[in-house]
Formats: sequence, structure tokens, C-alpha cells
Amino acid sequence: MESYLYLILGLAAIVCAYRAMISTRLLSSILYLACVSAMVSVILYLLGAQQVAVIELSVGAGLVTVLMVYALSVVGDDARDLLSVIPKPLAILIVVLSAFFVAIMVFPLVEPPLDVTSFSLTVVLWQQRVLDVWIQIALIFSGVLGVLGLLSEREATPISHTERFADQIVGTSHEEVHS
Amino acid sequence: MNISPLNVVLLVIIGLLAVGIYGLLITRNLIKIVLVLQILVKSAMLALVLAGKVGNNLGLGQSLAATVIVADTVVAVVGLALAVQVRRRFGTLDVADISTLRG
Repeated sequence: MESYLYLILGLAAIVCAYRAMISTRLLSSILYLACVSAMVSVILYLLGAQQVAVIELSVGAGLVTVLMVYALSVVGDDARDLLSVIPKPLAILIVVLSAFFVAIMVFPLVEPPLDVTSFSLTVVLWQQRVLDVWIQIALIFSGVLGVLGLLSEREATPISHTERFADQIVGTSHEEVHS
Repeated sequence: MNISPLNVVLLVIIGLLAVGIYGLLITRNLIKIVLVLQILVKSAMLALVLAGKVGNNLGLGQSLAATVIVADTVVAVVGLALAVQVRRRFGTLDVADISTLRG
């Protein structure tokens, strides 16, 4: 019964992730990503990682979604369906091979009765891995700088077509000089 | 076939990983690239917690997953800020159009 619960939640997460990827409207993609975060949070909760589930739900489905919607409101929804960089059949082949090799490496998941002393999250985070906390603080300050960049209203100098054309001419003449 | 719940979670992790890799390969929109990276990181975070659960040390797995969440959020913020500035400077979010390298 528990397996079916994980299966339903997992399939919902994968379908939402796929829809987020193929959706042409960015707003729909962002909302599907929030759904993926919610599904992953429930799976984390069922696995026993309640604290991380709460953080993921509030940060992944809340903060990141709000940031993305804000960025989308600034740049506008570019609904063009751009062609992929590489052919799609090749991309599918790469993905299938990658998933196959990862599956070979990790399956079947052995669950031996390990005799490991288990510590609570509080002990691990604040006593054993306190360096991680300092790194997280540094990362959060980096994130604040990123938010300042996101909210910055200063217009960057746009490159005009004339300037690009001049760059191309200069580049060509350089190549000619070198050749 | 009786498959254990943890193996089902492992299948979900591989599925999310596959969707994320496929998205990275075919996507050209900068904001969507950030979005796909989020999917990949969620897969990695789930794998960390699962490893902690299997290794009977869930606290360590949770601690690492929390670090990953913070790093992931910062990556999203910086990536979105870059996308906004690129849009203002180049007028597009297409990664193929913003390449200024020659050759």
C-alpha cells in the first residue's frame, strides 16, 4: 500500500516536471514546478524527513515560485517555441542511456540492517556539520546580492545593431590580418 | 512483482533526473533553464534523503538536503537576475542569440 502511495506521488511529480518542461507558456511552467515541489515535499515527509519537507515546501513551492513570477513579470512571457539546440531524437537517446546506466548502478536498492549510530538533525546540523551552516550563511548573502541584481532598475546599455555590425567588421578585418 | 517503497522512490529520482537532463538538452530559454535546474536539484535532494534513510542516518541526509535547498535557491536567484539583465541588454532570452563569441 505504501509503495502505491509513493508511486502515485512520484508519477504526479514526474508528469508535472515534464509538463513544466514542454509548456510553451512560462507561467504554466512555473506553476507546474511549484506542483513538483509540493509532491517532492510530501514524499520527503513520508520518508521521515519532516524538517526538510517543510523547508522544501516553503522555499521550493513558495519563495522560488514568487521569484520566478516576479522575473517573468519583468522580462515578459516569451511564448515562442524555440527549436532545441540538438536534435530531439539525439536528446532522447542521451537521456535514455543516462537513465539506464544510473538504474544499473543503483538497482536494486539494498537495505541491510546497518549498525550506525543515528543522530537527530539538530545534532548533525549544529554540532557535526557546523561548517555547512557557515557556508549556508555565505550562500544566503550571495542570494541577497542576486535579489539586488534582480530588482535593479538600472538599464544596461543595449548593444545597437550598428555596434554589432561594427564589431563584426572589426572581427573580420582582424581575421584577415591574422590570415 | 513486489517492489519496496524505497525502490519506488529510487524510480522517481531516476525519472526526475531523466526529465531534467532532457530539459537541459532541448531548452534555449534562460528562465526555463533555471526552472529545469530546479527539477534536477529536487531529484538530487530526494536522493540524499533516501541515502540517509537507507544508511540509517536520516539526520545527515536531512542536513545535506537543507544545504542543497539553500544552494539551489541561490542558484535560482542569481540565474533569474542574470536572465533579467540579459533580457534588458540583448532584448532576448534565447541563449543562441546572446552568444557574442566568434568562430
